[in-house]
Order: sequence, then structure tokens, then C-alpha cells
Amino acid sequence: MTTAAHEHTTPELYPTDYEPPHGPTWRLFFGPGLGRALWMTPLFFCLGGLLVVALRFWWGWGPVWDWTVIYTVGGMIAAPVGFLSGIGAFDYWLHYISGRPTRPEDHSGHGATSWKGYFRVNTDHKVIGIQYLCTTFVFFVIGGFMAMLFRAELAQPGLQFLDSQSFNGLVSVHATLMIFLFIIPAFAGIANFVVPLMLGAPDMAFPRLNALSYWLLPIAGVMFLASFISPGGAFGAGWTGYAPLSVDGPVGNVFFNMGVQWAGASSVMTALNFLVTIITMRAPGMTFWRMPLLVWANFTTSLLVVIATPFIAGSQFFVFFDRMLHTSFFTPAGGGYVLGYQHIFWFYSHPAVYIMMLPGFGIVSEVISTMARKPIFGYRLMALSLMGILILGFSVWAHHMFVAGMANWLRVPMMITTLLIAVPTGIKVFSWIATLWRGRIHLTTPMLFALGFVTMFTIGGLSGIYLGAVPIDIHASDTYFIVAHIHYVLFGGSVFTIFAGVYYWFPKMTGRMYDERLGKAHFWLTFVSFNATFFPMHYLGLRGMNRRVFDYPAAFGDLNFFITISSFVLGASAVIFFYNMIMSWAHGPIADGNPWKAHTLEWQVTSPPPIFNFDEIPQVVGGPYEYGVPGARHAVLAPAREAEQVHA
Amino acid sequence: MRKGIVQLVAIGLVVAGILIAVALVFKWLPTSASEQFDRIQAVYWFATAIAIGIFSLVTAVIVFSVWKWRVPRDDDADGPPIHGNTGLEIAWTAVPALLVIAIGIFSAVVLAKNGEAGPKPPLQVSVIGQQFAWKFVYPAYGNKTTGELVLPIHRQAKFTLTSVDVIHSFWVPNFGQKMDAVPGIKTSIYVTPTRLGNYQVVCAELCGLGHATMRAKASVVSEAQFEKWAKGKSA
Repeated sequence: MTTAAHEHTTPELYPTDYEPPHGPTWRLFFGPGLGRALWMTPLFFCLGGLLVVALRFWWGWGPVWDWTVIYTVGGMIAAPVGFLSGIGAFDYWLHYISGRPTRPEDHSGHGATSWKGYFRVNTDHKVIGIQYLCTTFVFFVIGGFMAMLFRAELAQPGLQFLDSQSFNGLVSVHATLMIFLFIIPAFAGIANFVVPLMLGAPDMAFPRLNALSYWLLPIAGVMFLASFISPGGAFGAGWTGYAPLSVDGPVGNVFFNMGVQWAGASSVMTALNFLVTIITMRAPGMTFWRMPLLVWANFTTSLLVVIATPFIAGSQFFVFFDRMLHTSFFTPAGGGYVLGYQHIFWFYSHPAVYIMMLPGFGIVSEVISTMARKPIFGYRLMALSLMGILILGFSVWAHHMFVAGMANWLRVPMMITTLLIAVPTGIKVFSWIATLWRGRIHLTTPMLFALGFVTMFTIGGLSGIYLGAVPIDIHASDTYFIVAHIHYVLFGGSVFTIFAGVYYWFPKMTGRMYDERLGKAHFWLTFVSFNATFFPMHYLGLRGMNRRVFDYPAAFGDLNFFITISSFVLGASAVIFFYNMIMSWAHGPIADGNPWKAHTLEWQVTSPPPIFNFDEIPQVVGGPYEYGVPGARHAVLAPAREAEQVHA
Repeated sequence: MRKGIVQLVAIGLVVAGILIAVALVFKWLPTSASEQFDRIQAVYWFATAIAIGIFSLVTAVIVFSVWKWRVPRDDDADGPPIHGNTGLEIAWTAVPALLVIAIGIFSAVVLAKNGEAGPKPPLQVSVIGQQFAWKFVYPAYGNKTTGELVLPIHRQAKFTLTSVDVIHSFWVPNFGQKMDAVPGIKTSIYVTPTRLGNYQVVCAELCGLGHATMRAKASVVSEAQFEKWAKGKSA
């Protein structure tokens, strides 16, 4: 399928000690890197701001110094471009465009020999995967602290220590960070590391694009956080940012409108990269029906991302235009249609739920099959059900709008498609538990998280059936029942699978083993406190507690206090995880190449893998999960030449 | 294997028993005060029965498998190479499909009933949402305008909603009906109160800083009391 890899068999051919004709100081501030980004970011901010001032002066618009416009254009459009240019994300392309010499086989920006390699534009998919994961876990911690902060506020009815603007801001930014800066990119991180290895490819199809899509991410994160220091406070219209509230609200909303663009661009670029990689860079013999389910999952997810993400970009641009250019897409007084926002927004944001779920399905399929030592039950139906979810996923968006006042006739068709999505999802759940049947089950930490996921996601799926049924949804929508449902899907679902994936591939990524006892402690504490936090929310919602409120009837006080305490325990459980990860990465016992005795390709190379993954491109000869089949092999590899390892 | 199946079923029954107890001991839904909510609660219980069945099945298989087939760390063997079972796969595609379609049909019937005008002309009430208060207008009573909702018992009311600023959502938890009040368009729902008492109108859609406090009183009174109240002076 691919021959690209044969061109770079050994990295030594391409010297990495190439010295540019200037000294080290020159390189620090003028060579690609954080040093150059340090001055290029403010420079571009000023250029953007000056452009605004100049144009306003030219046309005679007053006031000439309109700070809202200056920091929108300077800070949210120009400065990020400056940052990316400074760090060197565009260097190669700019050289190419301007006719300066480029070296297509220059691998000086590939791979990491020390921690410094993780703080620059790096084209190695393994480095990028770890960059993604570390960055997203930072935002996971920040988003988690925000949740604990507003949970503390909710421990009692009435306002305690927040005001209503900061409460709305915390709720909105918490959700935004967890969705756009944690779950979606954390999956992209795991897939970045694992998918090329699983395919038997030396890297992603477009390594430079891959690096660029990573560096877009911190920009979005900083933008969401920076909204807290904008006049009027952070965006507080929820992560859904419904117009017209988001148009009328404080300028913090612009940070959401623009931050989503950068995060979305990052998603779309990664997804295109995955699609091309999966379609064109499979090792010989790796037919579609021999691909591991994680690859299938990322293939379908990438299709969802590429088709759906432009819709959220559009919806946020319309809101942005309504505010800054006084258009009236969603302003009834000017002929706009308020519900139009919700239709466009959910046409992305419902598929986004599957963007946050399908990669987790892939991870869990890998973990359960390996840890139960059995082939995945019904492999083809598992892959086809992913496709079924992909197609049905685009026909259900209006189930978020059953009480929104949309056309009444749309409710029943959308209810039927919504309920039907339970069928492919059910196939997956039943196939996972059938894989356990008569297996030889190793109850390791990733397996615990995978099984925890199956049960918790089943609860989330079943509460989804309640919400899919229009009459129940009419009562339950916009209440804490919804809050409970999405956390069962996104925490008990997605986050559990991220934990499963991180533990499962930790030895592959770091070359060291995590502490199994701490891992199990982490699982059980998370599992119990997660349920204690979110299960009672079903009750609160059905009983009449609406969502996104800082105040509620006194009758709900005791249960909310219990939920707040549980959420603190849930927060504390993450400490065990981070302690385990950091200590094991530094001092854990050395892991061998295939500690789980798995069949997929990433486990057939050393841990961590060689800089170009495979010395020879492997020949795939069978399915990925042939456990227990005598003599079955997934692939044939050339014997590893360990001496050529570049990775420490 | 027969003994195993008995054990598996036993685990499933224990899980189901616990769940049924949890579903019945706690009062998960507010007391219904409308005809519409009575029907919604019927769908709720139908879905709950199915949910308990499926969750018990999934949990029972997981618990049973881990209990029976867990091996120590150093175990090297693989399980039997079972790749699938077409009959089983058809079954777990078809049965859930039938179950969700059943829920869908039940829901569609209830939805149609709850959206139906009764034989007698309903009491018209216009609801106007505004940051952060509700306004109720009774066109049949000289456009009587109040800040609290008063409804006669056993008479269908038709609410026509709109908003003057951002989106709000009109919800009385005990009526089980909810509808957004959207600027620029008119939306509507029916409620037929069946129980005297005082309830709360809650705004369910985030509408800004005062969202949590956007509440109003709703009372259901006898027909005679309502007539007396409605013909009184506008508040």
C-alpha cells in the first residue's frame, strides 16, 4: 500500500546537527521556536490592532480606538497567526512558497531526544500524540477545578461566594474546556500515537500539518481562559451559546466564537490527516477488514469531524457577525431567525457527541479483546455499527430542540432516528460483553476502566432513550436529568475510555510500566465517586431542578450538598492518576515491547517505538484479534534492529 | 454449563431486584397535576421497565464473566477463538430495534394526545418571557395581565408563548409540559390541570444573570374561584 517508508530507513542518513550560519542567541530569537514566538505574537497583535485603527480612521468611524474591535482582530486573529509563525509551524511552507531551498527529507524536526523536543514544532506523530495528551490533561485539571468551584457554590441554595456572572462563566468555560480542549483532542492524541503504528506506517500522511494542528490547540484553550479577564467576564451563555443571549451578552462571548474556530480548525486538519493516512498508508496486506477497531473508530470519527465541524464554525461566525458587524442572522428585529442558530449548532454538536464517543469505542474494543484473550465478538458487525452510528448521527440533531419551538412535524421523525441509534450502540455493548464470555480475563487497570465504561455508558445510553422519547424529554430537558445524562455519556463514557487508553498504551508511550495498585485505587475511587456525584442528578432533574442555576429550592439542599462532597472526592481521585503517571514515567519499571501480549502492530516494536516505527514495513497476513487461533499471526515483521534505536 | 446459566440468571435477578426497589422506593417524579403529565408518566414507566431489563442483563454478564473467568496475572493461555454467532447478532439487533420502536410508537401517541385541543374551546393564556420575569395575559378576560398564573381545574388551557428579549422556557414541573418562549415566533402547549394547589413556573432555558430567579407562582383553583379572580381588577 505504501512505499514512502523505504526512503528513510535509518535516521542517521539525515544529519540532525545541521548548524545554521548564525550563533546560538540568534537562533533562540530568530530560529523557529518559543523564543521567536515570544516577540512575534505581540508584534502581530500590534499589526492587527493598527490595521483596525487605520481602517476606522480612514473611513471616519468613531471612536477610532475601539478596544473591543482591536483585541478581537489583534488578539484573536492576528496574534495566534504570529504565535504559529514564531514557533515555526509555517516555516517549511513559506520557504517553499517563496522559492527558498527546502529539504523534503529534512528530519531535524522529527522525534525527541530530550524533553525540549516536546516544546517545539515536531513532526513525529509519537511526539505529537504525547504533546496532545499532556496539553489536554492540563486543561482537564483546569476544567475540573472550575467544576469543583461551582459545585462548592451549589452546596447550598442561594449565592454563597460567587456572583451570577462568574457562576455562568464557570459553568460555560468548564463545559467548553472539557469538550474542545480535553475529550476531543485527548482522543486525537491517543490516535496520533497509535494509529500510524497500528497501520504499519512510518508516520502520518502529512506530518507538518499534524504539527500545525497540535499547535492550534493551546491557542483555543488560552482564548477560552482569557475570556475571564475580558470586560464583563467570561462567556456565560453556556457552551451551547444560544443566540440571542450570546449576541447580547458581554464581549466574553467573542472569545468563545473565535476560540471554537481555532479548536475546530485543529480538529478538521487532524481528521483529514487521519483519513488520508488510513486510506493510503496501510501496510501491505492491511485490508479494511483487517484493520483494528481503533482504526475503524478513528476513520468514522474523522468523517464526522470533516463533515460536521464547519457547521459550528459557521454558527459561531454568524453570532460574531451579529455582534461585530450588526448583521441580523439571529436577531428577529432585523428579520433574523432565532431557531436557525440551534439547527446549525446542533447539526455539528450532535455528531460531536459521537466524535467524543467513537474513538472510545475503539479503545475499549482493543482493551477488552486483549485482556479477555479472545477475538472481538462479531468484528465486522462492530465495524459496520460504527458506520451505522455515523450515518444515523447526522439525522438526529433536532432531538436537542424538542421544546425549542421548532416545526412540530419534525419531532416524531427525529425521535425515531434517535431511538434507532440505540440499535448499533446496543450491538457494540452486547458484542463487548460477548467477548468476555468464556475468556481468560486479566483484570488490569485498563480492563477495569473498559468494563466500568461499558456499565456506565449503558446507563448513559438508557437515559438517552428516556430523552429520545419526546414526551419524557419535554419534562426532562434543560434539567439536571440532562446534566446527569451527558456526564454518564462523556465522563462515564468518554473519560473512562481515555483513562483506559492512557493506561493501556502507557508502557508503549513511555517504555515504562505504571503502578498497577495505584491504577486500581484510581479506578475504584473514580467509579464510586463518579456515581455518587452524577446519579442523584437524575432525581434532581426529574423532581424539578433546572440546569445552569446558582440557586434552587431549599428542598434540594441536602442532596446537592452530598453531590458537592462527592464531586470533591472525584476531583481527589484524579490526584492518584497524575501521581501514578508522573512517578511511573520517571521511575517506573522498564516495560518490554509487548507487556499485554497483544497482536496489533504497535506492540510488535520496541517501547517506545523506533523513530520511524518500523525498520521494514510489516506484511499483514491476518486479522488483528486472532487470540486462541493456533498459529494465527496478524503480521510478519523484519527482525528488530534494536541497536539503531534513537529514542532513549 | 447449566449451573452457570442458573447463577447468571440469579445475578441478573438480584440486580433487577435492587433496581426495581430503587425505582419504586424513591419518588422520582413530582406529583402529576395535569392530564398531560399523567400520560408522560406512563411513557416514563414503560421506558424504565425496559431500561431495568437491559441494564440487569449487561451487568449480570459482566459480573458473572469476571467472577467465573478471571485468571491470575501470569496466566499465558488464550480463550477459545469464538469470532461471532450470526443468530445471536441478529437477535441483539432485532430485539432492541423492536423495543425502541415500541417506545417510539407509545411516545408518538402520547405526544399527539398531549398536543390535541379538547372538545371545548380552551382557555387562552399568552405567556411573555422577559429577563427575568413572566407575564401572563388572559385575552378572554379583557387582556387581564398578571405576574402569577391562575388556572381553573379540569379546563384545558392553551399557552401561547413568546419572548421580548432572549429565549426563555416555560415549565411547571408538576404539569410536565415545557416549551421555549422564543423572540420573534409564537409557540404553544396545552395543559389540563387536574389537581388543586400552588405550583411554580420555572424558566428552564439559560437566559442571563437572573435565570435562576426567574420564577412565578402558578395556582390551580376551582372554576368558580377562577371566574371571580379573572373578572377582578387587573393586577
